[in-house]
Amino acid sequence: MREILLIVLPLVGALVAAAWPSDRTRPWLLPVVGGAHLGLAMWLLASPPVVSPGDWMGFDPLARAVLPVVSLLFFICALYAVAYLRIRRDRPNRVFVAMLLTVIGLLSAGHQARHLGLLWVGTEAVTLAAVPLLHFNDTPRSIEATWKYLLVGGTGIALSLLGSLCLGYASLHGGGGGDMTFVALTAQGTGLSLPWVRIAWVLLLVGYGTKMGLAPMHTWKPEAYGEAPGIVGAILAGGVTTVAFTAILRVRSVVGAAGAGAIADRTLLIIGLFSMLVAAVFLLATRNFKRMLGYSSVEHMGILSIGASLGAAGVWAALFHVWSNSLTKGALFLSAANIRRATGSASVDDVRGAAVLTPRSAALFVAGMFAVTAAPPFGPFFSELRLIRVALADGQGVAVAMILGCLLLAFFGISRVVFAIVDGRPRPSAKKGIGRLAEAPGTILPPLVFLGLSLWLGLFTPTLLQEVWSAAGLQLFPVP
Amino acid sequence: MNLNVLIGLAMGLNLLALGSSRIPSVIRAMSVQGVLLGIMPVLLATELDWHVAIVALATVTGKGLVIPALLRRAMRAVSIEREVEPIVGFELSLLLGAGATIGAVATARWLPVLPEHSGTLLVPGAMATVATGFILLVGRVKAITQVCGYLILENGIYLFGLLLIRSTPVLVEAGVLLDVTVGVFVIGIIVDRIQRTFDSLDTRKLTALRE
Repeated sequence: MREILLIVLPLVGALVAAAWPSDRTRPWLLPVVGGAHLGLAMWLLASPPVVSPGDWMGFDPLARAVLPVVSLLFFICALYAVAYLRIRRDRPNRVFVAMLLTVIGLLSAGHQARHLGLLWVGTEAVTLAAVPLLHFNDTPRSIEATWKYLLVGGTGIALSLLGSLCLGYASLHGGGGGDMTFVALTAQGTGLSLPWVRIAWVLLLVGYGTKMGLAPMHTWKPEAYGEAPGIVGAILAGGVTTVAFTAILRVRSVVGAAGAGAIADRTLLIIGLFSMLVAAVFLLATRNFKRMLGYSSVEHMGILSIGASLGAAGVWAALFHVWSNSLTKGALFLSAANIRRATGSASVDDVRGAAVLTPRSAALFVAGMFAVTAAPPFGPFFSELRLIRVALADGQGVAVAMILGCLLLAFFGISRVVFAIVDGRPRPSAKKGIGRLAEAPGTILPPLVFLGLSLWLGLFTPTLLQEVWSAAGLQLFPVP
Repeated sequence: MNLNVLIGLAMGLNLLALGSSRIPSVIRAMSVQGVLLGIMPVLLATELDWHVAIVALATVTGKGLVIPALLRRAMRAVSIEREVEPIVGFELSLLLGAGATIGAVATARWLPVLPEHSGTLLVPGAMATVATGFILLVGRVKAITQVCGYLILENGIYLFGLLLIRSTPVLVEAGVLLDVTVGVFVIGIIVDRIQRTFDSLDTRKLTALRE
């Protein structure tokens, strides 16, 4: 019941937001609903409900391992949104608020989907619900970004539907009765028709990989993150991509049960390394600090994909990384949004001296940069360290060397952009824009909290979370 | 037997869509294909129940009438009639499409199918249609033709879905239809925005975000 409330509550909130008369007070619905959602998610994390195997929906160990952090991310972003929408009085926010709430409701559904078709419907709906969020600014550039997102994302989701149908046919051909829950598909195991399973895996990896932003299907990501408001970027990078990642994990366990696990792992490893490489190369070239965050997200999705290829221990590290990456990205996106708003540009060519213009946001941005490039003692350092140790134990020496090389290049790329905008003397033209931004508590505290959480996750990883990640690994790779 | 004739026609329409330079004919090919797809579940069903009837009716009206009408309206609003200078030329895309069709028929033999599907062209038809959609999506510059490509891609997936129509729950079919309807509404809105903002539906004008 509580787990259904996670979905229903935000959707009802979205309806209320759509009917709410005042643009001024409407944004407060976001933290109210977000807070209730977070409370529910934490309660479910502490005392999970019993999931019966045949359920189409349920707060199973995998949902329990990921959904709380998405909820946490959403709540903190919702607090920021109140301050943000107060500054952006010039834009109507009815659709924006309603769609943000719809997105978190549908994300909750997607994370809890234990049925192949339901999972697809959930992720497809999230993709479409995010469209109005991307062109909130209604500039030509934001519409261009939305068009690319829609075309690339839509094709990806179409391919994942085709993949789902292929997996369904694999079950049917193997004598299955048409039960498309993941439990039933895994139970059918080697009874699934292998050629169809292989085709399904390729299509589902490409389809959900597009949504996750794995290279070479990542092209929508820098555009969308570059043009969307900071909170939307944070929710896309930390919430929407994770639902695609859990989808891949669920499908991977079916493919493993069907006896094609080795091929699946190899493709995940290769696509993960390729994503890291592509991201590192583009990070070295980009001149826009919001697009930079998009490429950084591609890099981290690559890390998740590599983790998923390394069995239960790798999944443990990947789930840890989902948490640390989501929280760190939140700090980066929100502080970048502050700088972008104060300086009126996101390009290295126009922005200089952010440390003078927006001292607090610039400090947060620099600290966030160190966190995301895996400097100790932030969360990403420990999750990536864990991943590398798992990979070494697995004998993946070459892959580890490549990971480390890409991380180093990414550090060069990111630090180059960050210091270019933070250092130096502000451009004379930039000073006029300052009046638009007061570094108010509403825009500084949320990224600070994100950074604090990232630090806390690295230093004191709670035992409860560690147990939850182990349980999720056990769900995906059951010990016979 | 009848089913294979319809699938064959749908595959022919793929080639028509690939080879034509005029946008109205691409839309027409797509809408006729939509109507053909709507008839197929009726032929496949052993008895006609309400469930098959709804899928058929929704497909014919949605893919055959509503969506093409929306696209035609968008096209008239910006008064474009033909696709000039596609990224992949018309002859080349026709060749690619024909190659994909032949390839689909050849590779489909290697895939195991259930006895009741062994005589049908559903698998190669789906593969060829998905490939056609891709070629249009990648090889054309006008937003409307790209949308047509996306919808033809969806038609291919629908063809594949027919393999599962007896066994899968209503959910998946409802998902397919919902997807097309909602997708087109969103695409429709965005196409409208592009047109108002850029005064054109030429996606080559969307180049501000290049690196």
